[in-house]
Amino acid sequence: MSDRVVEFEILRYDPDQDETPRFQTYSVPCHEDWVVLDAINYIKDELDRTLSYRWSCHMAVCGSCGMVINGEPALACHAFVRDYPDQIRVEPLHNFPVERDLVVNMDDFIGKLTSVKPWLIAKDPKTIDEGAYLQSKAELSIFKQYTACINCLLCYSACPQYALNDAFVGPAALALAHRYNQDSRDVGRSARQDVVASNPGIWECSFVGACSEVCPKSVDPAAAIQQAKIASTGDYFLDFLMPWRNKAADDGSNDQ
Amino acid sequence: MARSHKPIVWGLFAAGGTVAAFVLPVLILLSGAGVALGLLPASSLEYENLRSLLTHPLTRLVLFGVLFLILWHAAHRLRITAHDLGIRADTLVATVFYAIAGLGSVLLAIALMALA
Amino acid sequence: MSGPYIRPVSRTGWWLTQPRYVRYMMREISSLFIGGYMLIMITGLYRLSQGPQEYAAFLAALLGPAGVAYTLVTFVFAAYHTYTWFIVTPKAMPLVFAGKRVPGSVIVAAHWVGFAVISVALWLLMTAQGV
Repeated sequence: MSDRVVEFEILRYDPDQDETPRFQTYSVPCHEDWVVLDAINYIKDELDRTLSYRWSCHMAVCGSCGMVINGEPALACHAFVRDYPDQIRVEPLHNFPVERDLVVNMDDFIGKLTSVKPWLIAKDPKTIDEGAYLQSKAELSIFKQYTACINCLLCYSACPQYALNDAFVGPAALALAHRYNQDSRDVGRSARQDVVASNPGIWECSFVGACSEVCPKSVDPAAAIQQAKIASTGDYFLDFLMPWRNKAADDGSNDQ
Repeated sequence: MARSHKPIVWGLFAAGGTVAAFVLPVLILLSGAGVALGLLPASSLEYENLRSLLTHPLTRLVLFGVLFLILWHAAHRLRITAHDLGIRADTLVATVFYAIAGLGSVLLAIALMALA
Repeated sequence: MSGPYIRPVSRTGWWLTQPRYVRYMMREISSLFIGGYMLIMITGLYRLSQGPQEYAAFLAALLGPAGVAYTLVTFVFAAYHTYTWFIVTPKAMPLVFAGKRVPGSVIVAAHWVGFAVISVALWLLMTAQGV
């Protein structure tokens, strides 16, 4: 099994030296079973130690190695070189500021994630001694797919609405809000609504669906957002018709 | 961040989109494409025929509902499309498109009531 | 020392960069033709309410070459709207039956069946009345 020589065109940017990014090409002899991350590691080890990038698990669970590979957002550890032609262009995730080479600044996402309160807001919080919250398989199946998010940000890279307006809360954060809103143990939906149901929340989404297409964990954030739109629309009209309902919602008893 | 008022127009958008998905293709066939494609005689769209078809108030009410919802569906989607094509003045765009939909709705109501 | 670099995005041309964005834009542009067709229908109904002469002028324009072209293009876009609307319905409204998720393909197929039934019913209803 001989190695195939692949030309990697990698975006380079040194904030101390460069005004704008440039591309640098490396010839890499790739083993048949390599992923793009293996080639990038080879470049760093053998060809150019100045190349900066993020990676960790090498098995598509940590979400660190998100990049744009031949125009498509992908996890570098999940993109098999054999599926690509002899020229592979690697860029940092779109729609985030480039710190250096393939490293982007993800502070905007972290802030948005925090703002949707991605933790269990239980009605009657239990201590460990009081035992576990009970949940049936059926209840789990409603939100399980949304728990799979690894915060890799491929969805933000693919989302044109985030590209056009970075105030948009974005697919992953909204999918994670949905994950908790749909969790039978959680009553925090109204606590999250001010962010979720705001103009830069779900309403900035125009259902392009690119996020779900590029998600490596099949979270389907687009579906989460559309479901949230329907629920929020129902809420809006019910709150209008029954204004007292809002008070009930705040103590968490009025859940989906 | 305050809760948005978008649900108002989005509700219309979703209802109109659903109605359009189910009835618009056949509606287009019945209202012009059918004649153009030779599936219907030209007489099907003539004055007397159409007027007799629209005598029943329920027919006109349903037709109002269908056209109203699809009109507002299109207006909202086009507002988003304007944003997608780089036009940033969203409030102006929304006002223009919803005003057109509003005027269209009024004209439609007037026309259908006059057809009694 | 430049600091982080923000890559520019074309506000008007971003959708030309990927096939999935082009398909999205086609779906969105369907509303341009659909909305226009609604205005045409409303105009037609208004002309109908005005009288035979006004309506005849409208009908002549509708069945003229420009009118036919517009109508047929709108029909294609309407069909594309139906197709794209049905495909996303299972995402917006997931269905659980007997403890299991109903597959999206089943929901989509059911919509197409409903579409066929409604289309045939409306066609028969309108043509039977002498349309």
